[in-house]
Amino acid sequence: MIEQKHTIIEIEVADLLKKTEEYHKAGHRLVQIGTTPLGDRYEINYTFTTAWDFESLRITVHDGDELPSISGIYWGAFIYENEINDLFGIPVNGMNIDFKGHLIETRIPTPFKNPPKITKVPKGGDA
Amino acid sequence: MSNRIVVPFGPQHPVLPEPIHLDLVLEDERVVEAIPTIGYVHRGLEKLVEKRDYKDYVLIAERICGICSFTHSVTYCNAIEHIMGVEVPPRAQFIRTIWMEYSRMHSHLLWLGLAADAMGFENLFMNAWRLREEILDDMEATTGGRVIQGTCKVGGIRRDIGDDKLGEMVDHLKKIRPLLEESNRIFTHDQTVRHRMRGLSVLSEKDAWDLGAVGPVARGSGCDMDVRSSGYSAYGELGFKPVTFSHGDCLDRCLVRSEEVLASVDLVERAVAKMPDGPIEEKVTGNPEGECFAFSEQPRGECLHYVRANGKKNIVRHRVRTPTFTNVPPLVKLLEGIELADVPVVVLTIDPCIGCCDR
Amino acid sequence: MSYITKSPWIIHYDGSSCNGCDIEVLACLTPLYDLERFGIVNTGNPKHADVFLVTGGINAQSEAVVKNTYEQMPDPKVVVAVGICACTGGVFRECYNIIGGVDKVIPVDVYVPGCAARPESIIDGVVRALGILEEKRAKMAEKGGK
Repeated sequence: MIEQKHTIIEIEVADLLKKTEEYHKAGHRLVQIGTTPLGDRYEINYTFTTAWDFESLRITVHDGDELPSISGIYWGAFIYENEINDLFGIPVNGMNIDFKGHLIETRIPTPFKNPPKITKVPKGGDA
Repeated sequence: MSNRIVVPFGPQHPVLPEPIHLDLVLEDERVVEAIPTIGYVHRGLEKLVEKRDYKDYVLIAERICGICSFTHSVTYCNAIEHIMGVEVPPRAQFIRTIWMEYSRMHSHLLWLGLAADAMGFENLFMNAWRLREEILDDMEATTGGRVIQGTCKVGGIRRDIGDDKLGEMVDHLKKIRPLLEESNRIFTHDQTVRHRMRGLSVLSEKDAWDLGAVGPVARGSGCDMDVRSSGYSAYGELGFKPVTFSHGDCLDRCLVRSEEVLASVDLVERAVAKMPDGPIEEKVTGNPEGECFAFSEQPRGECLHYVRANGKKNIVRHRVRTPTFTNVPPLVKLLEGIELADVPVVVLTIDPCIGCCDR
Repeated sequence: MSYITKSPWIIHYDGSSCNGCDIEVLACLTPLYDLERFGIVNTGNPKHADVFLVTGGINAQSEAVVKNTYEQMPDPKVVVAVGICACTGGVFRECYNIIGGVDKVIPVDVYVPGCAARPESIIDGVVRALGILEEKRAKMAEKGGK
């Protein structure tokens, strides 16, 4: 029984700061930033709300892409952005508090990063 | 005269049952800046979805944290049930709600005890934990577990509570209600408590909202923010009203919790009075496909479970945003400008649950 | 109960537990179970402690802290692994960040199973640990005497 409404809006990375600013001006709070690794790409959801109607901005990024930080707009966003940096290996530029990969220290670096594409091993080799 | 020194606080610290580390930048006795380091309890359990199927994973979701355990499993199940379109029978929803409220009572009493300990009020600490044991007795009698219950499953619950037992639970709550009220009276009126907490590190309503504070931290600052108002599980039928206070200081964050214990007692009584008959689970077959954001109100605040599934036995992604994680930025702000001796009390008022926070 | 010649003090550290066992350790010290009646005190200072209770498996970050705390404790000392995660890694043994049970890092004397370990079994584990502590102390005295 889920009573909360959730709208997902897909946007481009370039529009992220502008859209976030709009939400901030309209008095929304930042609920979360969450990343989903999907094999060849990552989806990042920025969830905002004023009450119990949630709205998520969804951007899609790939390995090697960089994200702009929204911590200039929502001060508390640094915790999620550092998490993205530490667990997924997606660099976030311009965070207000940058832990440089030491917020969550893990045994293997960036454990949630997509696995590298398997290149076909030629037949007849030593392996 | 500005003599800045950095004092490390934690991870092994007498007032903290759990490890969190703070680098406190001090100017004489005042904290100028606090930099938290988390991850001492990071296990990486979100990645276990690759190894456990979605039904077994309920037990892992429950073990994100041993205090909010039951709420975590319910939220995860809500997400899966929403994706699969499973209608959970009303009796199961009501019993889930009762157990969630019992978790809240035991969690808040636990916290009230720890807060009393942090301010050196040993007697109050012991008293709160004594009351907590009364709650745990009923929890154990109905689920078999004191802190980890394991009674929630996708589609319903594993065991029913008989009507006799429900009656006994209400009687028991009636008996301990005066004791809870007495304990609340101490938190509201006692000179020691007021002296340590009134006016200490105030968080304004605007700041609480902007920084993304949730749960008792936000409600102590006057934000009317409680996911239970949205009426998930059986809350919609129980006439729920959030508890809010307006000062935004440590005492108000504390009073929110002590009042919520009584509110939970009321909710359980109403749930028992309205308890529907019927089955306690819906048979679930097949695998989930789709995505869902499920929100719930844990003892520590709003919690989000995001599930993404692709029609296989193992779901693709389970992401948990726990209340403590999102309360870290407010904590950093709260610590600025207070005295070093007050740090343990202020850290405790966000009710840090590091097991949740680090996952 | 000759081994309770000195009040044993315990120190507790959370390796990477879910809190379940932590709060049960704390519950042992509160009115219903009341370990303090045996003179057992929960201390925050490793140099005061005789018994080291560890809950939860060991992960990348807690490894150094657990080792450090253990080394700071004076001899003789005993280690009690509380809960199945501390014994073997439990349900989290396959997590990428978990190294395993506490015995991967420091020697463990008593294993207390359970998820979460019940206060009764924790008390039982601590009492057994006290027996081992007494043996260790006797051995140390023997060596010191010669």
